Amino acid sequence: MLEARNISVKYGPRLAVSEVSLRLSPHEVTTIIGPNGAGKSTMLRTLNSGIAPVSGEIILDSRPLGSYSRRAIAKRIAVVAQEAELRFPVAVFEFVLGGRYAWSSTAGWGWETARDVEVARDVLRETRLEELSDRLMTELSGGERQRAVLARALATEAGTLLLDEPTANLDLAHQAAILALVRKRCDTRGMAALVVTHDINLAAEFSNHVLLMKDGKTVAFGKPNEVLTPDLLKEVFAVKVLVDAHPVSGVPRITPVHEVLR
Amino acid sequence: MSIASSTEVPAKDRVLRGIDEARATFKKTLLVCAILFAALIVVIVVMSLLGSEKLPAQASLCALLTFGKTSCGLTSDQDAILFDIRLPRILLGAAVGGSLAVAGASYQSLLRNPLAEPYLLGISNGAAVGTMIALVFMGAHEWSRPLMAFSGALIATLVVYRLAQGKTGATPERLILAGVIVTTFLSSAIVFVTTLMDATRIRSFTFWLLGDLSGTTAKLLWLALLIAIAGTIVLAAHARSLNLLMLGERDAFDLGVEVSRVRLVVFIVASLLVGSSVASSGSVGYVGLVVPHLVRLSLGSDNRITVPAAAICGAIFVVVADTIARTIIAPRELPVGAITALIGAPLFVYLLRRR
Repeated sequence: MLEARNISVKYGPRLAVSEVSLRLSPHEVTTIIGPNGAGKSTMLRTLNSGIAPVSGEIILDSRPLGSYSRRAIAKRIAVVAQEAELRFPVAVFEFVLGGRYAWSSTAGWGWETARDVEVARDVLRETRLEELSDRLMTELSGGERQRAVLARALATEAGTLLLDEPTANLDLAHQAAILALVRKRCDTRGMAALVVTHDINLAAEFSNHVLLMKDGKTVAFGKPNEVLTPDLLKEVFAVKVLVDAHPVSGVPRITPVHEVLR
Repeated sequence: MSIASSTEVPAKDRVLRGIDEARATFKKTLLVCAILFAALIVVIVVMSLLGSEKLPAQASLCALLTFGKTSCGLTSDQDAILFDIRLPRILLGAAVGGSLAVAGASYQSLLRNPLAEPYLLGISNGAAVGTMIALVFMGAHEWSRPLMAFSGALIATLVVYRLAQGKTGATPERLILAGVIVTTFLSSAIVFVTTLMDATRIRSFTFWLLGDLSGTTAKLLWLALLIAIAGTIVLAAHARSLNLLMLGERDAFDLGVEVSRVRLVVFIVASLLVGSSVASSGSVGYVGLVVPHLVRLSLGSDNRITVPAAAICGAIFVVVADTIARTIIAPRELPVGAITALIGAPLFVYLLRRR
């Protein structure tokens, strides 16, 4: 379990995150929402020990995050980041096997065990990529590639998954597919997930808790229907929104009401 | 129900099984390295027979196989040519080729840049300046040459790395430009140090600068061989980390790689490899580009197989190139760097255009 207690993070001279607390529990999806520059991605990187907070503490499985080695953290926390440009050809299967790095017995030359291969096959099936596993990553479509990135993160078997705008640049069907996979892992295997996203409606549909951030500070934290209210959203995004219930799922549905349209 | 259906594998599983066979494994790596190593031995033996002075094949082979314990009918002159001139030169070529190819493969993975190469990044020139300073000012100490070459290579590496880091990270083009700047700056430093030398040494110097395997001492040869083997082992031991670094530093960090530690190890070991090569034989260019590229093309880009295979193929490449250099206009010789550049430069253009 991963928990941030009152953390503040400096990004350059600026305080990007200011006294934010957050607790990720098993079986739950938590979403961070906020305008650009709200400190969402910084928060995510800090939780993964990429940046050290200037104050506050982060607790991973009842020990301070700083007391773990990088490999030990990688066994417990997996990240789905926005994809980096690939400059060398790598097959999907090998790419996903990369997720087993932290489990290798020796640091560098370690070879994958039969169990590593088995785990990789399982996550490829789970993400419906098994038929593409001998393709090169560069030959995949954007949606397939993002599924491969998710598959690699799942291959780490980490209990906590951090996703940084996992659905940016994806079409409707692929967006939902990615989050449905995450949701399923949380429900069936007790994983905890934190998603940074700009898509408020997806957040409402897939998450148990929403953290609303602005200028590095917590504006609200709670269940989607408590946080995604017209007043709070207007305060954070400076745009008027209409909130009603989704006709099928009943979760809050957010529609921006632009001044120019009225 | 047909008999075949019971053994039929579903299409999905077949794909998974196929990729599993194509994947680099320990067994496959050992097999490939054993075959390549056997090829290297054959190349070393054959190339030691070729040269401006024809050696009787059968007698030489016999002498080589007994490690010179029996003369096998070679005259003492022929024996000296084989064991004191040709073989040390070939072994040095193998050490230099292996070192540069492994350094190139590691730089390429670490810097995520298929065009990274010790010579093109100015690292060889850094080592050259170090060697020259040692020669001019510390001529009495033999060990000062490799030591200064290593320091020069390491400093050049760190400077290029710093210069290439832009606000948006290092693009391949930016890295190459940084390399050009460092190379030209160090070239003028080389010219400056050259003016401090007496005229009789300048000619052998220009030759050495272009890569020349003929003028080394026994100590430097053993040092180059030792560093080539040890460096390859250390970098191969970091190959799985390099595989992830090839995909991006952030990705590698997230998956558990201690990025800054691995980067430091690669910088230091690659600088040692380049430093010992340059100290003993000058700047042989493009080996670090040509060899890893061809290895990746035929064996895939898993560094656990690329790094050791590049070491052996690099050795073969330079030994063959040097044999061409010393035989093509015999009894006169070309610097081996001229041959490797002749092969490497067009390949560089091809790689640049393909991107």
